[in-house]
Amino acid sequence: MHRAKYESGGAQLLLVLWSTLTATVAGSKLRHDSVAQRRAVPWKLLSEEKPVQIPAPFDYVRASSVDNALALLDRHGAESRVVAGGHSLLPMMKLRLARPDWLIDINDLYELDYLLVDGPVLRIGAMTRHTTLLQSGDVRRLFPIICDAERVIADPIVRNRGTIGGSLCQADPAEDLSTVCHVLEAVAVVRGPAGERMLSMAEFHRGPYETAVAQNELLIEVRVPIRAGSSSAYEKVERRVGDWAVAAAGASVTLGADGTISEVAVGLTAVGLERNVTEVEAVLVGQTPDETLFVEAGRLAALACDPLADQRGPIDYKRHLADELTRRVLRVACSRAAASVSDITI
Amino acid sequence: MTILEDRPSNPAAGDHDRPIGHGRMQRKEDPRFVRGKGRYVDDIVLPGMLHGAILRAPVAHARLVSIDTTEALAHPKVLAVITGTDLQALGLAWAPTLSMDVQAVLVTDKVRFQGQEVAFVVAEDRYAARDALELIQVEYDVLPPVVDARKAMDPGAPVIRDDLEGRTDNHIFDWEAGDKAETDAVFASADVVVKQEIVYPRVHPAPMETCGAVADFDPIDGRLTLYETTQAPHAHRTLFAMVSGIPEHKIRVVSPDIGGGFGNKVGIYPGYILAVVGSIVTGKPVKWVEDRSENLMSTSFARDYIMQGEIAATKDGKILALRTNVLADHGAFNATAQPTKYPAGFFHIFTGSYDLAAAHCTVTGVYTNKAPGGVAYACSFRVTEAVYLVERMVDILARKLDMDPAELRLKNFIKKEQFPYANKTGWEYDSGDYEPTMRLSMKIAGYDELRREQKEKRERGELMGIGISFFTETVGAGPRKDMDILGLGMADGAELRIHPTGKAVVRISVQSQGQGHETTFAQIVAEEIGIPPEDIDVVHGDTDQTPFGLGTYGSRSTPVSGAAVALVARKVREKARFIAAAMLETRPEDLEWAKGRWFVKGDPRVGKTMAEIAMGAHGTVALPEGIDGNLDAEVTYDPPNLTFPFGAYICVVDIDPGTGHVTVRRFIAVDDCGTRINPMIIEGQIHGGLTDGVGMALMEIIEFDDEGNCLGGSFMDYLIPTAMEVPDWETGFTVTPSPHHPIGAKGVGESATVGSPPAVVNAVVDALAPFGVVHMDMPCTPARVWEAMQGRTRPPV
Repeated sequence: MHRAKYESGGAQLLLVLWSTLTATVAGSKLRHDSVAQRRAVPWKLLSEEKPVQIPAPFDYVRASSVDNALALLDRHGAESRVVAGGHSLLPMMKLRLARPDWLIDINDLYELDYLLVDGPVLRIGAMTRHTTLLQSGDVRRLFPIICDAERVIADPIVRNRGTIGGSLCQADPAEDLSTVCHVLEAVAVVRGPAGERMLSMAEFHRGPYETAVAQNELLIEVRVPIRAGSSSAYEKVERRVGDWAVAAAGASVTLGADGTISEVAVGLTAVGLERNVTEVEAVLVGQTPDETLFVEAGRLAALACDPLADQRGPIDYKRHLADELTRRVLRVACSRAAASVSDITI
Repeated sequence: MTILEDRPSNPAAGDHDRPIGHGRMQRKEDPRFVRGKGRYVDDIVLPGMLHGAILRAPVAHARLVSIDTTEALAHPKVLAVITGTDLQALGLAWAPTLSMDVQAVLVTDKVRFQGQEVAFVVAEDRYAARDALELIQVEYDVLPPVVDARKAMDPGAPVIRDDLEGRTDNHIFDWEAGDKAETDAVFASADVVVKQEIVYPRVHPAPMETCGAVADFDPIDGRLTLYETTQAPHAHRTLFAMVSGIPEHKIRVVSPDIGGGFGNKVGIYPGYILAVVGSIVTGKPVKWVEDRSENLMSTSFARDYIMQGEIAATKDGKILALRTNVLADHGAFNATAQPTKYPAGFFHIFTGSYDLAAAHCTVTGVYTNKAPGGVAYACSFRVTEAVYLVERMVDILARKLDMDPAELRLKNFIKKEQFPYANKTGWEYDSGDYEPTMRLSMKIAGYDELRREQKEKRERGELMGIGISFFTETVGAGPRKDMDILGLGMADGAELRIHPTGKAVVRISVQSQGQGHETTFAQIVAEEIGIPPEDIDVVHGDTDQTPFGLGTYGSRSTPVSGAAVALVARKVREKARFIAAAMLETRPEDLEWAKGRWFVKGDPRVGKTMAEIAMGAHGTVALPEGIDGNLDAEVTYDPPNLTFPFGAYICVVDIDPGTGHVTVRRFIAVDDCGTRINPMIIEGQIHGGLTDGVGMALMEIIEFDDEGNCLGGSFMDYLIPTAMEVPDWETGFTVTPSPHHPIGAKGVGESATVGSPPAVVNAVVDALAPFGVVHMDMPCTPARVWEAMQGRTRPPV
């Protein structure tokens, strides 16, 4: 039946097609001169050679300093977004799910790219790239949880570009460093027109994709307290390298001189818990680490979380992972802490 | 052309031992690709070129109420906005598919899948075209969608194709192969029968380069030049002539470098047609290139077979018969690409590598509110589904009989002396010698040692699995008496010219998407006429410059065009004999051929090289009567049969019992594709296909929610494997030449994609044996594996 539609036209169809469409198609306008009149915008001309992806229109400015970035945020207002590594924002823009009017690029702010052991605190500049964290000997020694997490954050290309500040401010529920910073009781240093604010992770991280950083503020530093006799671990389950976590868990443990747990924190990723699993503290603190305790902690973690079913798995599987991974990270963190305690005694 | 000698020798690639003909050599096309100098459709920039973008439907099933394009047309950079109504007035709103159905170019009446083409904007640049899409106002009246193929034939299911006259349901076709009565009789008297529903979920070929076109219609001479991402330029030219009314001699289709096809670039997509319409409307070249989401959501998917498998055997493990009923989800339009007679492709080779007493299959195709397609992703026309079915069923039988799966396979293989072997569904397997291939694979794997290791690990509660797959493919479609696409017989042409200085150009109809045709076909010619491969240019992908042929898919390039090229070279060689005889003033029958040279029998010092003969052909020597003054030839090759490559794959996996995460620890692939033209290229094809297989087995799936929303519309959701998910491949080979192919070669491009998924799944199921798991469907994601461990295996759709 349908084939007749094409056969009927034959060779004449060409002429019909050309003349009819030219004349009438949706009132199409033929403005042959307009191509030549196009404004010479360099990046658009480039795009003709190598078109890549297609975000909605936006303007772009590079900040030259933190103060300049703050001024730009203030000037361009609510529809401006800061771009650091860009590995969350740019994919959203390319799909036109995010459509800021202004992009304020802070990649020139080398003043925010540092790792400093400053007395009892590790100071991490907000523009520190994932790969810097992954490769740092200080980080590995003091906070193995960061290395564990960084190793499973996306892939080397993303890690070369993505930053700790960007990760924390994106506050994706499947984002690893948020959990890590919660577990390490890190402090976020946020600067705005009124000066600097110091926020605990509980204050900083308000929920999925939401932080306490105001539109005209910038996260500039993360401070992680260094504790003697402490160590930590992180483990993630993902369908494939670079996918969002199905679930992950992190733990930090401090052992006293007698080998008992003096401080502990357990956090979960991607299972609907935006805080540490504080329920485990009462069970673990003051106890000598053993498997029975880890099992109980795992059970409590599974109860505390509130996962959603999605393509990554059903709710009971994710609860099971909260349990399983909590046990695993506590096991590793305790054994690492014990090793570091024995290092000190030797 | 970069000369191979200019490059440092690479011992790993083995090109220190550079061949004159067949053998391991680096690919001639690689220097441009590794420098980033490939020229793809999106690299083409023509003077005054405009850009098109497609507005796509946000819902799966909806009546189109109205489209308002006023605002979009008001955009200062927009030149045209084309809707279905515009096309309808010209009879162009619908185009024929490769399966004798029709597909909407732009929606006129009803949206039938999410992502379907609704309107086409032509603008001065790509950004403006995209911006203007958002200015088109469309009103939809949303209808309940048909998402689950199992419910497509329910009474009362919404009728998707109400455009087809008299259509009252979503049924497309019923097809069967084999003898039902005979099969049922064997089943009735068998000692052991096992049944299993096996789902091969919808996946997507996801080539790195998405689909696109640059259409350049010249209003003065009425010529259309269409640069297109196509695996089959000649077939596309004919189809465009049929659809558009532009006469075929006025159409030139150019397929430049293609960044992966895997069957995704066989069909004609609305975007190509719209680019042509856009160019005719504006009188300027129009480029349309889809983005990743458009590719994943609207272009040809693969598989989507729900198979009810049954296998019958004696209690001591002689497999007697196989039967299956398949429900095939073809999406909203029947747009699969396969030979006309075979609506389920070559699925009826599901008897696999085994000598059966009987076999029968039925396949029912249905419409659903999903993107059309089905035959893609290196499937060899549905041999993928067939191999997966039989190789899973054999493993399930092995478990039932408590037999080692390797032993069960060895016991039931078609024997060497049975070839050529007529199976029970109408195929004649050309050649095979399965046992040595299987044994070699087991030897490389250290099979017995692996089983011992597995036993020890099971005692400790560790989950290790060993999976075997032994596949037989049918590739190289095909004999034109049996096989055509829309009436075009599946034979291929080839032309060869030897220039006076002895350099050659061979013109072929098939189009490489990464298979290395520029190297392989030069090597085939080199082997026959003794000119080194680097002196032979392979011309392809341009219908004005190459002879007619059906294109590259279904692993048919080497079986069909490879044969054509070998034969055309032999034709030139024979012609050269006459010219050499004239030059040497002797009789042709007194000459003898050694690689590259005709010489006088008994006096090897007196002879002429191919280059000398070429100069002679174009020179002043008096030529014998009937011999033209050139050294050119052409042939069209109609294959007498398909070729039947095979292979033995063994996969070893470890599963984390706490998380269900599967790690592919080892993968051993022993392939037999007959004569091996360039082993390095074959290994590359195998490596890629195995990676595909691991991807499908562990993570790839295009899912839909209840509303028909595609859940795999980006690489954030549609997972493809990386180097982190695959092991170092361990490959081996045996050589059983095809008896009917001029050089004994069989196709190999899809072998690993076809053969590897069952090996991985068999390994996962084997690892899960302590949990009583007999079968689990792909993808074996951590969650699905964990659910299987809880006794909750479930189909993915």
